[in-house]
Amino acid sequence: MNNLPPAAAKEQPVSPAGPRGLLPPLNGRYLWPLLGLVLLLAINLVLSPEFFQVKLVDGRLYGSLIDVLNRSAPVALLAIGMTLVIATGGIDLSVGATMAIAGAVCANMLVGGVDSIFLVVAGGMAIGILIGAVNGSLVSFLGIQPIVATLILMVAGRGIAQLINAGQIVTFQNEAFTFIGTGSVFGVPFPILLVLMVFAAIQLLMRKTALGLFVESVGCNAGASHYLGVNARAVKMMVYCIAGLCAALAGMIAAADIQGSDANNAGLWLELDAILAVVIGGASLMGGRFSLVLSLVGVLIIQCLSTTIIMSGVPPKYNLVIKSLVVVFVLLLQSPRFQAQMGALIALAKSKSNKSVGERAEA
Amino acid sequence: MSLLNLSGIEKQYPGVKALDGVDFQLREGEIHALLGENGAGKSTLVKVMTGALEGDGGSMAYLDKPLKLKSTAQAQSVGISTVYQEVNLLPNLSVAQNLYLGREPKKFGLIDWKRIYRQSREVLKRFALDIDVTQPLSSYSVAIQQLVAIARGVDMSAKVLVLDEPTASLDAGEVEQLFDVLRELKSQGIGIVFITHFLDQVYAVSDRITVLRNGGLVGEFETAGLPREELVGHMLGKELQAQAHRAPERDDRAAGEPLLELDDVAVRGSLQPTSLTVKRGEAVGLAGLLGSGRSEVCRAVFGVDKKSSGALTFSGRERSFRKPAEAIEAGLALCPEDRKASGIVGPLSIRENIALAVQARRGWWRPMSRTEQQELAEKFIAELQIATPDADKPIEQLSGGNQQKVILARWLATNPELLVLDEPTRGVDIGAHAEILKLIKQLCGEGMSLLVTSSELEELVAFSDRVAVMRDRKKVAEIEGEEISENRIMQAIAEA
Amino acid sequence: MNSRFTSLYVTGGLFMLLFLIGSLQFDHFGSTRVLANLFTDNAFLAITAIGMTFVIISGGIDLSVGAVIALTGVACGVLIGEAGLHPLVVFPLVLIGGGLFGATMGALIHYYKLQPFIVTLAGMFLARGLATILSDKSVPIDHSFYDAVADFGTFLPGDAWVGASTLILALVVAGAVVLAHYSRLGGYIYALGGNAQSARLMGVPVARTTISIYAISGFLSALAGIVYSFYTFSGYSLAAVGMELDAIAAVVIGGTLLTGGSGYVIGTLIGVLIMGIIQTYISFDGTLNSWWTKIVIGLLLFAFIAMQRLLTARGNRGMAHA
Repeated sequence: MNNLPPAAAKEQPVSPAGPRGLLPPLNGRYLWPLLGLVLLLAINLVLSPEFFQVKLVDGRLYGSLIDVLNRSAPVALLAIGMTLVIATGGIDLSVGATMAIAGAVCANMLVGGVDSIFLVVAGGMAIGILIGAVNGSLVSFLGIQPIVATLILMVAGRGIAQLINAGQIVTFQNEAFTFIGTGSVFGVPFPILLVLMVFAAIQLLMRKTALGLFVESVGCNAGASHYLGVNARAVKMMVYCIAGLCAALAGMIAAADIQGSDANNAGLWLELDAILAVVIGGASLMGGRFSLVLSLVGVLIIQCLSTTIIMSGVPPKYNLVIKSLVVVFVLLLQSPRFQAQMGALIALAKSKSNKSVGERAEA
Repeated sequence: MSLLNLSGIEKQYPGVKALDGVDFQLREGEIHALLGENGAGKSTLVKVMTGALEGDGGSMAYLDKPLKLKSTAQAQSVGISTVYQEVNLLPNLSVAQNLYLGREPKKFGLIDWKRIYRQSREVLKRFALDIDVTQPLSSYSVAIQQLVAIARGVDMSAKVLVLDEPTASLDAGEVEQLFDVLRELKSQGIGIVFITHFLDQVYAVSDRITVLRNGGLVGEFETAGLPREELVGHMLGKELQAQAHRAPERDDRAAGEPLLELDDVAVRGSLQPTSLTVKRGEAVGLAGLLGSGRSEVCRAVFGVDKKSSGALTFSGRERSFRKPAEAIEAGLALCPEDRKASGIVGPLSIRENIALAVQARRGWWRPMSRTEQQELAEKFIAELQIATPDADKPIEQLSGGNQQKVILARWLATNPELLVLDEPTRGVDIGAHAEILKLIKQLCGEGMSLLVTSSELEELVAFSDRVAVMRDRKKVAEIEGEEISENRIMQAIAEA
Repeated sequence: MNSRFTSLYVTGGLFMLLFLIGSLQFDHFGSTRVLANLFTDNAFLAITAIGMTFVIISGGIDLSVGAVIALTGVACGVLIGEAGLHPLVVFPLVLIGGGLFGATMGALIHYYKLQPFIVTLAGMFLARGLATILSDKSVPIDHSFYDAVADFGTFLPGDAWVGASTLILALVVAGAVVLAHYSRLGGYIYALGGNAQSARLMGVPVARTTISIYAISGFLSALAGIVYSFYTFSGYSLAAVGMELDAIAAVVIGGTLLTGGSGYVIGTLIGVLIMGIIQTYISFDGTLNSWWTKIVIGLLLFAFIAMQRLLTARGNRGMAHA
């Protein structure tokens, strides 16, 4: 591979400028996902003018838009962690199972009589970090491929959650904990706030410490990072722990939402949605530059798409097919070969239309 | 009779002319050595003649008939087989499977394993190999794997056999075994293209030599009629001539106490016991051909490869670096040879690339602010005259020379005690070449301690206080002070 | 010991050990009947896992298999149950459909250099989506052919039932062994997983091989879908959810290297049987709960992956210093 011509190295999409502030500039990399989201929102507006209406009822905001945001909260949390893992060139398949485990831990603490809500939340977060640490150790110390390493807990995780729940759906009555899923602050549903808080915290951690730079460095060129003295093991450990933590928070939302822990269904297949969101946000699965904002845009695109499908009168059963076709399309757009083929096609069409114009002129 | 005739082969990569009108001719029953330093165009030429790559210009004739190669499979089917140094065969498959992959004899539509095993044993017997052909290839030594690869090529009725550095990881006995096979094949009329950087081997086995340099043809020579020194001269682009004197500006520098001392440092499989000293404020050059061990010294010093024996003393303390981070912590810096794989972090900006080493030393929790990074980057962009509109441009969009300057800036920013430069001017255009050289001289003038490898002898002569000459993975000579001249270095490299 | 077969020996030994433990602990466990049921109950999983084996040997992965099983089942249900076609007309159609589905994914993976993981993930959504569109409810299949299939078979000594599913599985295993070890394509698949670049340089037709691999996996998943419908007499779009994980786990426990290049069809078959025997053990025990299956399989996965790491690390060292 090292004999490839230099051009081959430039296949990855390159952002023209390095957006390293807390807020991204609007350039090529950000344009397409944002454009896609705006387009979807516009379609929704046409289909149903009430889409953007937000009403305040009993001190809580209601409306389709709020609904989209609220429903996408768990995936958004997963996507934040997943973005970092993918940026290092890894992947975490276990986050859905982690949600189930964290939910089970919290539910059992509540049922078991732990009064302090802080203890319960801390317990859930701790279990998430622990699971992340297990994944991180397998990847960075044993050198197992991420997809394989995290597959282990994807398989075993739900079993562990069921074990904790002793096979039951453990329900609880706890207002403070339920607040995580259904509460609201100044009318804004708490899950949305939680996403914003986690986003802000991780964005600060990444961009205001050197961690973000190291994550991208390891993801772009692990070899060069080693020569530079970057501790890739610690970096990988960290991102898997963050992914575990995010998954645990998402699991708490899911549990609080139904006031119980359902080990079989909590977070089922959400890891795949999170990965899709990150990919739709334009990240390369090979690792490298990451943008939490773009991943969140990806999450909203997925969620809006479902809403759009419902609103447009297409039966919801078409949801999955449309989603998969969108994913294939986005993947193809990122493929250099497809770009080249499309370029050639456009050029061909242009020359044909020019020709036909010329023929007409002659006639 | 001419087996293979390439004439006027051209190959252009973006920004680089890899081959510029190269001719190459292979006769029946000869071993033809193809020589050249890094970037000479050897591997590109090999890829063109084996169908892995299509040339942009020129023509190719095989057995006096024009030939256009589209793929390696096509080359194989007409009788041109290649044995690569690294990507060899398939280690996970059995020896027999490797020999017959894609052309397995069948019986009733099923692969006839009995026959494959029998034929494999027979084929390998011709190569004096008596091994269990049902075992995976990976269970045998590299030497045997090479022979199996050659056997596959020959058994596919090859008339032309291209061997790309087949001896790089063999010991002396294995090399001899390989050479016996080559001579035997030669006597059967097979033409062999032999790429290596061991001059002893060139003289031991080849009939003719073609030398490339910077994508151009230097010449074709009869091995018997070409003295070693002349060959080295052709490869390095230097004719033996009156002493080219070294720049005088370095003479008045007083070298201090030893900064880096290697005492019989060896790395298993890549470096023989080597002793070397770099004093404070001294610039030491490492000369030698590709594969001589010059880069291996740099890698061992920087903790990329773990030394297997010997002692390394740095700044008065005995050290055993297990990874680059420890060497960096101790005050070392290395610009690696392979800039793309080990140097640049492609998609990141110039600013980030410069800041990374300093930041890695500081750790996670003491980040450089954007302003700090920007100031650092701007300072070095100005000082090293890095050609870029701003510091936010991704480094992969710069030219090779400017990338190298960014890497230099990255390490200068860490204020290292010893700067190790492994081929700092490789793959760099002429303008940047001169600037990097000027920079190195300037660093020498400022009293920086340097350890520099280069295949450009005049560079080494220009700034080195001392030149260590490497050959066959060990140090063979050390030239100091007034003695340093291109001729002396070339003699030391060529000595048998 | 021949290192090529180490993982196979471990897998085989593990199965025998588990069977022995069960036999010692419970009456009736060590019987041909339990053994035969292992095959009957897990035939569809084994068929899928064998397809997955080829994919993983080549260095890829196929996440769409469970969804293809569901899609096949629903298609059978709709075509047989609602459109009234004869199963023998429908089966070739869905088998070809499964093969084409896989081939398309293989083509995307090869020609556009996309990662198998994400392409087959999209394939999984697509197949489930198509199944949902065909019918979002369970479609019953009521056809005399299905009754005949259910009755087809024979009892072996010890009340051991060998039915149609087991026989189909036996044919698949035989075919897969021939494909893996007695055909050129088989050699190419191993070659691709060993080192794609070397394989290309040695003249392996990479495009054709990659497309064939995913086509085989799609075809076998469709076949598994048919076999699955023999048990359920219905097709349901949410059937076989998570089957891809079971298949991957069986392949790994069967000793196939997840990084590609090495593995055996027989190993996968034993891997499926190991997973089956754990379930049988748990159901015999009665006090253990079903989630232990997942946990034990997770532990086994970890153990086998760790073992593979050690073996490959040893292999590499052997290469460097031999």
